[in-house]
Amino acid sequence: MQNVVSVKNLSKTYSNQFQALNNINLDIKQNEIFALLGPNGAGKTTLISIICGIVTPSIGTVEVGKYDIIKDYRKTRSQIGLVPQELTLEQFEIVYNNVSYTRGLYGKPPNPQHIEKILKDLSLWDKKDSKINELSGGMKRRVLIAKALSHEPSVLFLDEPTAGVDVELRKDMWEVIKNLRNKGVTIILTTHYIEEAEAIADRVAVINKGEMIIVDETSNLIKSLGQKTLTIDLHETVKTLPESLKNYKLTIVNEGLSIDYQYDTQSKQTGITSLLQDMKEAGLKLKDLNTEQSSLEKIFVELVKEK
Amino acid sequence: MNFYAIRAIYFHEMDRMRRTLFQSVLSPVLSTSLYFIVFGSVIGGMIPQIEGVSYGSFIVPGLLMLTLLTQSISNSSFGIFFPKFTGSIYEVLAAPISSLEIIIGFVGASATKSLIVGVIILITATFFVELEIQYPLLMLFLLVLTCLTFSLFGFLIGLLSENFEQLQVVPLIIVTPLVFLGGSLYTVEMLPEFWQNVTYFNPVLYLVNGMRWSFYGASDINIWVSVISLVAFLSICVAGVAIAITKGYGTKE
Repeated sequence: MQNVVSVKNLSKTYSNQFQALNNINLDIKQNEIFALLGPNGAGKTTLISIICGIVTPSIGTVEVGKYDIIKDYRKTRSQIGLVPQELTLEQFEIVYNNVSYTRGLYGKPPNPQHIEKILKDLSLWDKKDSKINELSGGMKRRVLIAKALSHEPSVLFLDEPTAGVDVELRKDMWEVIKNLRNKGVTIILTTHYIEEAEAIADRVAVINKGEMIIVDETSNLIKSLGQKTLTIDLHETVKTLPESLKNYKLTIVNEGLSIDYQYDTQSKQTGITSLLQDMKEAGLKLKDLNTEQSSLEKIFVELVKEK
Repeated sequence: MNFYAIRAIYFHEMDRMRRTLFQSVLSPVLSTSLYFIVFGSVIGGMIPQIEGVSYGSFIVPGLLMLTLLTQSISNSSFGIFFPKFTGSIYEVLAAPISSLEIIIGFVGASATKSLIVGVIILITATFFVELEIQYPLLMLFLLVLTCLTFSLFGFLIGLLSENFEQLQVVPLIIVTPLVFLGGSLYTVEMLPEFWQNVTYFNPVLYLVNGMRWSFYGASDINIWVSVISLVAFLSICVAGVAIAITKGYGTKE
């Protein structure tokens, strides 16, 4: 698939000598949902701010739709929509005017039908004449999305789109993002909610201390780096593990009614067959078996810890 | 040229004026009217004519300049500082707009607002004092040039200010004293010789006198010196703003 955004050898050192990014290389494919994961201060916002033209790169190049973000800034920026992390809105302005203002900034002629459609899609149409300071936090977030979509961009950056948003609204936001992708928009979002990346992203990049640690498809990342947990429910409680089972990575859980076994999905022998055999020989009666894939969160914590 | 962006910024800023009508228009008109009443009608009646003009009429060009300068600086410095303060400047920086287009939008709106206030003040002045304008076209030219120049100057202040205090320092500590001591309310000849010489170093003197010449055909300074001073200051402001915005001072890291 064609690359929409291409970042090459990108570094950024701020005037206070803080190095926010160190030699980042990244390609974003057309029409994918791409999640940039990383702890606070990892460099996520700096990276998207550079691509959008808000921060100047120190070294390296960025292309959007094959155009350089510095030399051809008009062509690159007109393709991009940006939803910032903070609720940075003029509080006393009317929603409709504020969204239309952004369309004008991007050099597009007024298009009331398009603005109406966006506001309706984001359930903001009945608030179009409200002042921004009369809206709830979730609505303000949606106004920011409406502004970012006002000039019909093909690439949308969402910086922490669901930070401080309740669970229900977060899921609504995910639906909005998925719908946008279905309409052909490429989505790049930063988040530190692993659940978010896991739920909607096609690919994930983990960034920490300004360096890209890994970029892969979300499912591959979980599969290749993931550990699985086998939970064995027992008929009777156990307080200590029999001597014959000491060599396995076992943990007694559920007040002794279950045993967890951690294993690597990639290893040739998972050890499950011999474990079950040894358990039977030790006289433990099995009631049920259940396996669970490690979450992206565990992977993420491991990756960041390793660095 | 991104005309839609210039238009968007311009009307966005003009809309701010509509939302803050009292602060943007009524307040400067009211305070200038008070000057006309106190200095023009009340005290002015006891002061003899200056250069063949009543004192009330004499101070109109100076008071007009005082308001234009302070309003232009305040409009544009606030216009660019406010989005910096709220963070909404991000969309101007991320949009496909050149520095020149940003300046035209913000400064154009600020100059328009000052021009509107200036015209209202002129109309208001006719209620209190006798007014004649000998060179109306020159007056209009100086009016527009002053609004543009000081809107650019204000834009630069707003661009470089990091907090509200810095935003206020230059207008309050430098501009207001310069305007009051720049012959707005008196002629230079009224001062002792030493202070006359000091006043010639005040750039505002040249602006006020230029405006006064357009009204009454008489002033302390040659009209050409006034016009050249204003154009020179405009050039300095253009250069300052161009450098600041291109280098990203105050907006971009």
